[in-house]
Amino acid sequence: MSINRRQFLRRAGVVTALGLGGSFAFTGLRGTVAEAASDAGYKTSDKSLTAKHWAMVVDMSKFKSEDDIKRVTESCVNIHNIPDFGNPKDEIMWIWQDDYEHTFSGGDNEYLTESFKELPFMVLCNHCENPPCVKACPTGATFKRSDGIVDMDYHRCIGCRFCMGACPFGARSFNYRDPRPFIKKTNPNFPTRTPGVVEKCTFCVERLAKGEIPACVEASKGGLIFGDLDDPNSEVRKIVSTKFTIRRKTDLGTQPSVYYLIDRVGGGEHA
Amino acid sequence: MLEKALTGSKKYWAWIIFLLAIIAVGFMAYLKQFTYGLGLTGMSRDVSWGLYIAQFTFLVGVAASAVMLVTPYYLHDFKKFGKMVIFGEFLAVSAVIMCILFIFVDVGQPMRILNVLLYPQLHSVMFYDMCVLCGYLAINIIVGWTSLAAERKGTHPPKWVKFFVYLSVPWAFSIHTVTAFLYSGLPGRHFWATAIMAARFLASAFAAGPSLLVLLLLIVRKVSKFDPDPPGVGAIQSLVKIIRYAMIANVFFYICEVFTAFYSSMPGEMHPFEYVFVGLHGHASLVPFMWTATFLAFLGILLLVFPTRKNKVLLPIALLSIFFANWIDKGIVLIIAGFVPNSFDRVIEYFPTSNEISIVLGVYAIGFLLLTVLYKVAISVREEKAQ
Repeated sequence: MSINRRQFLRRAGVVTALGLGGSFAFTGLRGTVAEAASDAGYKTSDKSLTAKHWAMVVDMSKFKSEDDIKRVTESCVNIHNIPDFGNPKDEIMWIWQDDYEHTFSGGDNEYLTESFKELPFMVLCNHCENPPCVKACPTGATFKRSDGIVDMDYHRCIGCRFCMGACPFGARSFNYRDPRPFIKKTNPNFPTRTPGVVEKCTFCVERLAKGEIPACVEASKGGLIFGDLDDPNSEVRKIVSTKFTIRRKTDLGTQPSVYYLIDRVGGGEHA
Repeated sequence: MLEKALTGSKKYWAWIIFLLAIIAVGFMAYLKQFTYGLGLTGMSRDVSWGLYIAQFTFLVGVAASAVMLVTPYYLHDFKKFGKMVIFGEFLAVSAVIMCILFIFVDVGQPMRILNVLLYPQLHSVMFYDMCVLCGYLAINIIVGWTSLAAERKGTHPPKWVKFFVYLSVPWAFSIHTVTAFLYSGLPGRHFWATAIMAARFLASAFAAGPSLLVLLLLIVRKVSKFDPDPPGVGAIQSLVKIIRYAMIANVFFYICEVFTAFYSSMPGEMHPFEYVFVGLHGHASLVPFMWTATFLAFLGILLLVFPTRKNKVLLPIALLSIFFANWIDKGIVLIIAGFVPNSFDRVIEYFPTSNEISIVLGVYAIGFLLLTVLYKVAISVREEKAQ
């Protein structure tokens, strides 16, 4: 039996469509399994710390010396294999410091004394309740967990950087080049990243799973307070309810989970 | 029909080889970027999108502009556009292919790009953008190819094609609207977060796209025996009217933006406009571009408003002015100024690298190669019929 070109093409088309359809049905199934796995995250043992809404309070009165800042940022760099390229263009930052004026845009006040102007604010991912980065991500590589943490899946990220455009806090970094040669001392217990993916602070999900508080909180000696905002007895909740705290860009409605406690900050006459 | 692209004059082949050479250079540059990473571009932590995404945005507009021929011809029975419609559709095909390539060269992990299909996120505008772009590509290939094949045989295109023709009209609007939503839906990017963004996108697209098309048709007229606008028809002049009104609307929308920013005096709204028109914190790399665009926009409009639009020399100048005004506005400034000043109110500038520019030129060359082949087929069919 011989067939002409038209018949051949038609039959080939049907076979291809069947094949593609079948593979979609299969990968669709696998997709749901992967989704479930990512939600379970690092939850491995009963020791793990859990919460309904993890949040952080930055006690501004505790950041007085260079060392107070360095201890915090370096603890993060060391355990998360964050590279140092030595140039701001490719820089990867999870937690760092900035001044009042730039951290709280629109907060410039020309009469502010130098001591206030130069207060070091620790900035990091705000783990927003309504994260615009999660909304933007076309693959679900960045997602919000049930405990409020905005996490990253480095293996699903395609590196489109839509999340970086969406984040109003500049909290996200992209691996513009291979980070591995620029890591001072590799921590074998935490993955290093490939070029072409986005990363950011994850509130140390890997440590919470082992029952440990985030590395920066541990290193801060009380400067960073971490806890469940949903628990009325937690320290963060008590501070946020009774003391004067501010958050970044609240007018955008993203509901940041990082609060800055400023009522203990000295420097004025009545300090 | 594709075999018609395999025969041509010496000039035709010289042009093809020229394009292939640029593609080769661009491909080598892409291989470099593929191995090293996007660090080879000028993009940074602060300006995380650059020329690639800007070209993508601009070309979505060029693609959508085919509707400015399709709507009058099919919906309003405006017969003058009869010989030009196919060229609009083929321009759309090449433009969408370039759009897809610009996205591809921009992602950090291109091998994973199908994750967008494997794990579709219904809350991400990018997912919808992918859907509408692929759909638009398919519609234009189907409509363009079947109508041309029918014309070659001297028959009417099959009836089912009409369905796709009508579908292409709202679809063209959707591709540029969804692309505008990529930007206008982001909180905290003041330059983009404006309700008029989609309308501005469409207006600039309907000015820039048809300008390019008319310029291409003027070239077609020069290099082939086929005249897309024979004497007495006046199709080009009709399209020029559309370009003129679209460009006036575009400039009007832009002035609305400038008024809102400066009369309200809200710093977040003003800063990006200050950055592009006068410079901010001592940084002014986009200022010459923006003033060139402003000058070209008004020059183009003036030349098209007055009878100068009928002048053989001034018409191409007007069209080039309008095309480049829009290209600077959307293909350079719009994306960069969305990131400047950054989230911390600091000005960190972006300068494309030579490797990046080689890749951009390579993608454009692929688009023009495709366009050349498609136009060659269409022209050959028409020349054959004329004999």
